[in-house]
Amino acid sequence: MSINLTLLIVMGVLYACGIYLILERSLTRVLLGLMLLANATNILILSTGGYAGLAPLFSKETNPEAYSDPLPQALILTSIVISFAVTAFMLGIIYRTWVLARQDEIQDDLEDVRVAKTPSFDAEDDAIVPLETSEFAVTPTTTTDRSHPEATEKPHTSTTQEGGSA
Amino acid sequence: MITVLAITFVAATVAPLIFRKLGRNAFYVLAAVPAAAFVWLLFQYESAYSTGGIEEILPWIPTLKLELAFRMDPLAWVMSLLILGVGSLVLVYCARYFKDKDPDLGGFGAQLLAFAGAMFGLVTSDDLLMLFIFWELTTILSYLLIGYARTRLAARRSALQALMVTTAGGLAMLVGLIILGQAAGTYRISTILDQAGSLMAGPMQGAVAAAVVLVLAGAVTKSALVPFHFWLPGAMAAPTPVSAYLHAAAMVKAGIYIVARLAPGFAESQFWLPVVLGLGLATMLVGGYRALRQTDIKLILAYGTVSQLGFLTMVVGLGRPDAALAGLGLLLAHGLFKAALFLVVGIIDHQSGTRDIRKLSGVFRSSRALGVVAAIAAASMAGVPPLAGFVAKESVFEAFVHYGTGHDAPVWGIWILVGLVVGSILTFAYSARFMWGAFATKPGVEPTPFKPIKPAFLAAPAILSLLTIAYGVWPVPVDTWIQPYAALFADRPDAVDAGHLALWHGVTPALGLTAITFAAGAAMFYGRNLVARAQGLVPDWVDGDRAYQNTIGALDDIAVWVTGRTQRGSLYFYLAVILTVAFAVPATALIMANKPLPEGIYFIDPNSPLQIVAGAGIVVGALAAVRANKRFLAVLMVSVTGYGIALMFALQGAPDLALTQMLVETIVLVAFVLAMRSLPAELRDRTGGRLRVIRVIIGAAFGITMIFVAIYAMGARVATPVSLDFPRLAYEGGGGLNVVNVTLVDIRAWDTFGEISVLAIAATGVASLIFVRSRGDRIKTSEAVPEGSVGRRTGVERGSRADATLAVAKKFTGVTRDAWLVAGRTLAPERRSIIFEVVTRLIFHSMIVFSLYLLLAGHNLPGGGFAGGLTAGLALTIRYLAGGRFELSEAATVSAGTLLGTGLATAAASGVVPLFLGGQVFQSAIIEFWLPVFGNIKFVTSTIFDIGVYIVVVGLALDVLRSLGAEIDEHFEGQNSLAEEDAGGLAQEAAESAASGKGTA
Repeated sequence: MSINLTLLIVMGVLYACGIYLILERSLTRVLLGLMLLANATNILILSTGGYAGLAPLFSKETNPEAYSDPLPQALILTSIVISFAVTAFMLGIIYRTWVLARQDEIQDDLEDVRVAKTPSFDAEDDAIVPLETSEFAVTPTTTTDRSHPEATEKPHTSTTQEGGSA
Repeated sequence: MITVLAITFVAATVAPLIFRKLGRNAFYVLAAVPAAAFVWLLFQYESAYSTGGIEEILPWIPTLKLELAFRMDPLAWVMSLLILGVGSLVLVYCARYFKDKDPDLGGFGAQLLAFAGAMFGLVTSDDLLMLFIFWELTTILSYLLIGYARTRLAARRSALQALMVTTAGGLAMLVGLIILGQAAGTYRISTILDQAGSLMAGPMQGAVAAAVVLVLAGAVTKSALVPFHFWLPGAMAAPTPVSAYLHAAAMVKAGIYIVARLAPGFAESQFWLPVVLGLGLATMLVGGYRALRQTDIKLILAYGTVSQLGFLTMVVGLGRPDAALAGLGLLLAHGLFKAALFLVVGIIDHQSGTRDIRKLSGVFRSSRALGVVAAIAAASMAGVPPLAGFVAKESVFEAFVHYGTGHDAPVWGIWILVGLVVGSILTFAYSARFMWGAFATKPGVEPTPFKPIKPAFLAAPAILSLLTIAYGVWPVPVDTWIQPYAALFADRPDAVDAGHLALWHGVTPALGLTAITFAAGAAMFYGRNLVARAQGLVPDWVDGDRAYQNTIGALDDIAVWVTGRTQRGSLYFYLAVILTVAFAVPATALIMANKPLPEGIYFIDPNSPLQIVAGAGIVVGALAAVRANKRFLAVLMVSVTGYGIALMFALQGAPDLALTQMLVETIVLVAFVLAMRSLPAELRDRTGGRLRVIRVIIGAAFGITMIFVAIYAMGARVATPVSLDFPRLAYEGGGGLNVVNVTLVDIRAWDTFGEISVLAIAATGVASLIFVRSRGDRIKTSEAVPEGSVGRRTGVERGSRADATLAVAKKFTGVTRDAWLVAGRTLAPERRSIIFEVVTRLIFHSMIVFSLYLLLAGHNLPGGGFAGGLTAGLALTIRYLAGGRFELSEAATVSAGTLLGTGLATAAASGVVPLFLGGQVFQSAIIEFWLPVFGNIKFVTSTIFDIGVYIVVVGLALDVLRSLGAEIDEHFEGQNSLAEEDAGGLAQEAAESAASGKGTA
């Protein structure tokens, strides 16, 4: 077991700073926070390799344990390049936001705010409909309903009665 | 049976085509389908009534014991008779009810026919899950059919209400069915009923009793029993033929069918009788009472149906032979008269334009035939001899007189009988009210205009009424059909003789009860004004409809409240919640576990003590990045941590990582500068003070938690690292010395392939964000730029030293020679840096060669596709910075999209080709050969994969430069999109361009 406290403390500081930055409205800061988080994670993976060792270039005389662990290195290498791609993508987003809205800030989602203010009255569920006593008559609710032919064909009158039937 | 089902559903599918051809007469074609099935059914009588009935089983998924199991036994046969018979009559009726130009007639006909099929499947299923599927199919078709007039709010709302109520019950039933099936170890209904006795006494008796209640819940909602009766009157928004078929004759009988199907096995279950009798009686009385208050003849029938469904549930569910006989007899009688009555209502509505009894007057005078047909059906409903209703009701009274007054009768037996009589009195009264309301000539009301009825329109209800008479006068056939079902109850300990359906039983207590019913019912009708006034005084006790609306309303409110609290639209809030959970859960687990710190913690690595210095640098960089209030300062500070980490990699013994990290960090820095040059320099912190405290707390807590999680996680390792084998594997299997590189391109090639796919996607994303309308792969070369076209001197004082410098610089814009670095022609003088251009000329080619070296040597030395690609990307960056965007196009004559595609294809090919050579995906081979100058060469095929990686990374870098660099340059130059579009635009655009490219470092 080997746990390198130096690496872990560096990792902790990077995580803390990264989290602090992504909890921010400025998109630029959020991106910087993400980069710090990626760096922190790379350090975490690196620390799982244990003690520092020889560069993992094979030679027959070397004991495998003397190398610096190659598996975390392969993972980190992947991670570095992916982070680059993600950063570039975020930069694209920041630039586009700037061009469109002239601002570099994350806005509250207006749609969500609107949903939260939805009134409990819903016409489809709660509006009072007049009781229809015929499928073939002109009633106030069907006068606009030209697609239903009976409505226009039989000009008989009919009553409408407010409220429920029971 | 399976064939009948298949034909019906296929016919339903092609129905819209028939309608397009024939118009409303297509209903006749559709009616032929259930009619033919009806004839087929008659021929099946012999075999259906032999022992066990007809069984058809089609294995479906044998391993899951799923099968299409159907069984035609006496109960199914009788139900099918009703379903197919009434179904074809209603379809015939539809042909005159609707008009050719009614909208969506094809879909309507298809749904109605499919419904007949679904009902037939429901009653013949011998598998619980099949039964459920057909059950829900009828629910959905009912929803569609009720909502036929989709422009009417009332129809839509009623359809949804019916769907919600019956589906809720259906889900409860599904749970019940699954419990039953699991308890019995089979889903075959016939088998489960055979072992019902042992199930109810066995170890799972509690679960089985609960399951029965759940199944009954499904039946209660489907058959519109109290407290779910309200959906059925609501469903009257459907076209009247639908009401006649679904909401009188067929679908609402599905609940009764379930009761009838399970009664032989489970009638003795604990909660059976209380549910069936209690809810049944309540429904019968509520329905009858409400029916007397309606002024719409269709609603009178609807509440009458509710009442009758309660009645049927009681009789069918009692679980005694005589009640079973009476119950099925009543079910058939009800199907005949209620369907006929609904069809009559449809005709009245169709011909007169109203169903309001306060408007209708003198209808009988206008159409006596219709009046007679209706009178027969209504009399049957009231129980008048010699009609079907009388025969059935007589047997019901008989059965309940036995039940209520026998020597072992329960206490409540007599009260049930009383309730039945009261319900029948109400039935008589509302039947009379219906006839009076629909047909009577009322004083003071104008006679309703009424168009003559065509015989084809009246045919369906007339046939039903004739059958009602036939059934009443000669009940022997019906009796014969039902007796085998009643015999299922004969082996009960308290069983009595089933008796027979007959017109004349002699003078019996039942006959006396019938007499009482008639007398009281007639009196209620005679004193109808008094009754109405009395009803007016009684407040509505419980209104199921309002309760439903309140429930749905409350659900809506809760949903909105919860959504409003959790989905605030603030990213900060979401992240804070997520991150708090992310550290709080592991932290709690760590504290709860309360373990001592693992051994092996050290502060300074003896192999690499300098790490502490690098670490300190990283920490300072990170903290400075947080504090920085200038945009580029913050970016620079983050870069400091990045370079620090590169150093850390080097100190840890990871040269590949250090190299890659350095290159990436450099390119990222350039990309940042390019992308952010238009944004303000200030980086203000807009999050307020209190929130900042929360941010600090979350950040610190997260960081500390991660430290401890890492310590304990690493302390918990017991196994030998798998990577100890990697060096040997890399050398012997992968043929390379650089273990990390071989891991990437060989041992974990799948992983890397996934990664480069992500790179290609991200690169495309960047290009799409900047170019917006396309990927922007068109290449603009400097040849399109005329000589001396770029020459701007703005903001420079005339005669100053800067002006003189620019004047010199401008001379170079007129260079005609096609120089290698053409910045002189394409870049504004003040944007050029001669030194930078010279350096670029010096090192560009060296860098490209070096990148190729890294690529090829990477298998044995630090380097590889990633590092090589990044180096090449850096070379392109330098060239772009020195020469501007046209220089970039000169440097990379292949578009970025092509590079990405080629790279991916190369990598994929290196994975696929081994398959054709008999190997596995991504298997590598070592080829050794001799070349003249180079000598012996050892070539490993996984290098091809690495070449693919190299090309993809170059493509990514190029995309970043083209998008964040060149394209944004163009935005700056204020090019409008029109100029780009026309053919000669390039020259034009270049000529107008005042300045381009990013200044030098």
